[in-house]
Amino acid sequence: MVEVSAARPEGSQATLGDTLRPPSIRTRLLGDRKVVAAGSFLLILIVAALAAPLIAPRDPLDQNLMLATLPPAGFAGAEPGYVLGTDDLGRDVLSRLIFGTRVSLTVAFIAAGLAALLGSWLGLVAGFLGEGIDSLISRLVDVWMAFPPVLLSILLVAVLGTGLHSVITAIVVIDWTRFCRVVRTETMAQARMDYVVAARALGFSRFAILLREILPNVMPVLIALITLEMGIAVVVEAILSFVGLSVSSDTPTWGGMIAAGRQSIHQAWWVLAAPLLALFATVVAFNQLGDGLARSLDPVLRR
Amino acid sequence: MSAARLSIDDLTAVSVRDGNRFMLRDVSLKIAIGEVHGIVGESGAGKSTIAKAILGIIPSQVKVTRGRIDFEGLDLLSLSSTALRAVLGRDIALIAQDPSTALNPARRIEAQLTDGLRLKRGLSSSEARMRAGTLLEDVQIRDPTQVLRSYPHQLSGGMRQRVLIAAAFALQPKLVIADEPTTALDVTVQKQILRLIRSLQERHGTSVLFVSHNLGVVAKICDRVSVLYMGKVMEQATTAELLTAPRHPYTKALLGATPRYDAPESGLQPIPPGLIAALRAEIAASDARPADRGSADG
Amino acid sequence: MRARLTAGPLMADDLLIASGLYVSYGKPRPSVLARAPRLGVPVLHGVNLEVRKGETVGIVGESGSGKTTLGRTLIGLVRPTAGSIRFDGIDITTLDEPAMRPLRRRMQMIFQDPMSSLNPRHTIGRILTQPMRLHGLASDHASARGRARDILDRVGLAPSTMDCYSHELSGGQRQRVGIARAVVLRPDFVIADEIVSGLDVSTQAQVLRLLKELTSEMHLALAFISHDLSVIRSICDRVVVMQSGSIVEQGPCEQVFAAPRAAYTRMLLDAIPLPVLDPDWLMSGPAADQVVN
Repeated sequence: MVEVSAARPEGSQATLGDTLRPPSIRTRLLGDRKVVAAGSFLLILIVAALAAPLIAPRDPLDQNLMLATLPPAGFAGAEPGYVLGTDDLGRDVLSRLIFGTRVSLTVAFIAAGLAALLGSWLGLVAGFLGEGIDSLISRLVDVWMAFPPVLLSILLVAVLGTGLHSVITAIVVIDWTRFCRVVRTETMAQARMDYVVAARALGFSRFAILLREILPNVMPVLIALITLEMGIAVVVEAILSFVGLSVSSDTPTWGGMIAAGRQSIHQAWWVLAAPLLALFATVVAFNQLGDGLARSLDPVLRR
Repeated sequence: MSAARLSIDDLTAVSVRDGNRFMLRDVSLKIAIGEVHGIVGESGAGKSTIAKAILGIIPSQVKVTRGRIDFEGLDLLSLSSTALRAVLGRDIALIAQDPSTALNPARRIEAQLTDGLRLKRGLSSSEARMRAGTLLEDVQIRDPTQVLRSYPHQLSGGMRQRVLIAAAFALQPKLVIADEPTTALDVTVQKQILRLIRSLQERHGTSVLFVSHNLGVVAKICDRVSVLYMGKVMEQATTAELLTAPRHPYTKALLGATPRYDAPESGLQPIPPGLIAALRAEIAASDARPADRGSADG
Repeated sequence: MRARLTAGPLMADDLLIASGLYVSYGKPRPSVLARAPRLGVPVLHGVNLEVRKGETVGIVGESGSGKTTLGRTLIGLVRPTAGSIRFDGIDITTLDEPAMRPLRRRMQMIFQDPMSSLNPRHTIGRILTQPMRLHGLASDHASARGRARDILDRVGLAPSTMDCYSHELSGGQRQRVGIARAVVLRPDFVIADEIVSGLDVSTQAQVLRLLKELTSEMHLALAFISHDLSVIRSICDRVVVMQSGSIVEQGPCEQVFAAPRAAYTRMLLDAIPLPVLDPDWLMSGPAADQVVN
């Protein structure tokens, strides 16, 4: 006997049999202006990083003392071909900026990815299995977080030597705890849900429950955190290269540019301003993207 | 003018966020002095919206487009927030549904009970404390001193609801709005609480607006009842009339759907889809004719 | 007559027999530190219960009665600290998870809050087909989906529900999905834990009618947990009254409702507000007058 759906109060969800299907994730994401803007910006950065040699107008290492401290286009004394001006060694700021994205984004993706991998896995295990393993991992996190992060990163770089590998390692070693804590809390909340009980009643194994019931519900938080972490990684790299602990000073990095620009802030403010703005915009973009992703990927929050 | 404590006339409200969907449609009702008036309906019918309109706490996305709420000669809808605040707490009080969220978990009971007494009546803290103790005795709490010292989480659900009732009647208001006050309680505790509300109400001559989705509860405590569906009053009658000779088909359907342990064959009749369709069509038609929307069947 | 409180000999059509169930929550202290292990919070005290094939048993109690714990213990989701549960002759309290798995297909549960019992990130189709695939009840994806659509149709939901998420459905629809999931594996025994408590009376009526039809069609044994005696009277054959972790009374519905023997049962019945005119109800009856914490 087929029954018509009960009379539901007005204002409740869309009726089944309505012609509209629920909007897909892509539609939702593309409909959110902030996400589109942030995503486009980051896409541009990625393209810039990948195609740097092709799109940068000049060689970033090319010095030309004759054309030192040229202001950006539109200001008095600007030269054509140097859109953002030059620094005190005559290097094109724009080209250095473009090449700088390589370092920043490499660190962002790899460091955030590895930190997430390490931290989330431990967080899932701790949250789901609980008891002994949870105590162990939580204690580890507590002890780990007691180390002062700045000192730890300097120590690591001192031991491993300067370079991208040590920057990435430093970020992963310090920030995995953030993922672990958040994922653990989220996992514990999920494990209490009735659908986990239902899955047990249906006979699914614990591993299957962790993977198919819990992990998808932890993902939105995780993704938001990863994009946040990418923003943090970019800043950390900039700081480390600011103090000269990142890649060698030949390779252009935003942090290095800021350090150099600091010296000539009165004569050539654009050398400082450009990488600073780029840094700012990138972090904001990561945050907005993370926000938007969390909202769109979570079917509950979608309402 | 009749001796009504509260008079709602043609109250109409829309949800701005939902494209001006109607949440209340020309709701009219009168509560006499000392009367317990029930508003019964299913979820989404608009019962809480009426209560919120009286208290002035309608969410911002809902707008009242028509109507008057007359209390002691004042139209509550047109009062400034300062003027409304003067009336609330003193003359109109609320018993909320969920005792666990209505009390501040970080403050002791004494502090929360004496708030209103000190603010509105200007009592000193020791006077207020004594009065609070008396209030707790009135709601049949055996050890008021202990309860006053406690935090909300140390009390059971029933106790907390008694505290809330004590708070509501503290200033001897003229009107108490009870919004599903027993829904979160066990059934034996519910009976105690209903009995308590009724005896306090009779003692002080307070009018009560009792909102509930449970016809049985409404049948036991209310003098008169308004049956709400989709924001519209379907039937308004004394409890006796409603139970013994309901007139509107929706009321009959609600009674038929309510399970009864004394008559298991009646009850659990689903509301016929045909009735729902007919009601919706009727409501849609009357929505489209703003000019001649009449008031509800009295 | 089954008005006894202790377990008797196995009757031919007994499906589930629980004897002397004790359940405590919380970790017992290890016996290194204490002479005898400290038990956690006791929730069930020596519960004995039988459920026959195809029978609907109502389990009623207020908060703290232990009824939810009893339900979960009966289908092996909670391990009792003492006592046994024999399902179709097999003692499930001694089984480990892999041994339980084939039995799980035969005992299912419907939950109170369908919002938290349906994974918000799974489509309804997936929620229904996954268990079928797990227990080998469908040879491939397509046939699983076909069966899922059939069961959705049976509970009165359109086939397009397959692609919806739980938050896109109303409360009554979600509850129907919960029922569909519980019966799609064709179990022998289902626990329904307060499944209509949050629903409007009309939706409640529909859901309960559906449940009644399904239990008689599929010859399901049903343990219906509720705080609402009126609902239980309407759909159950037998009723079990619980208070503070023990059974205070049980028996056929007509008998218990007509002549309740336990004082607690009488109090519960008296407290229910029926939609009938009864001016004396409010001020009389066995409800306590004063309350302590």
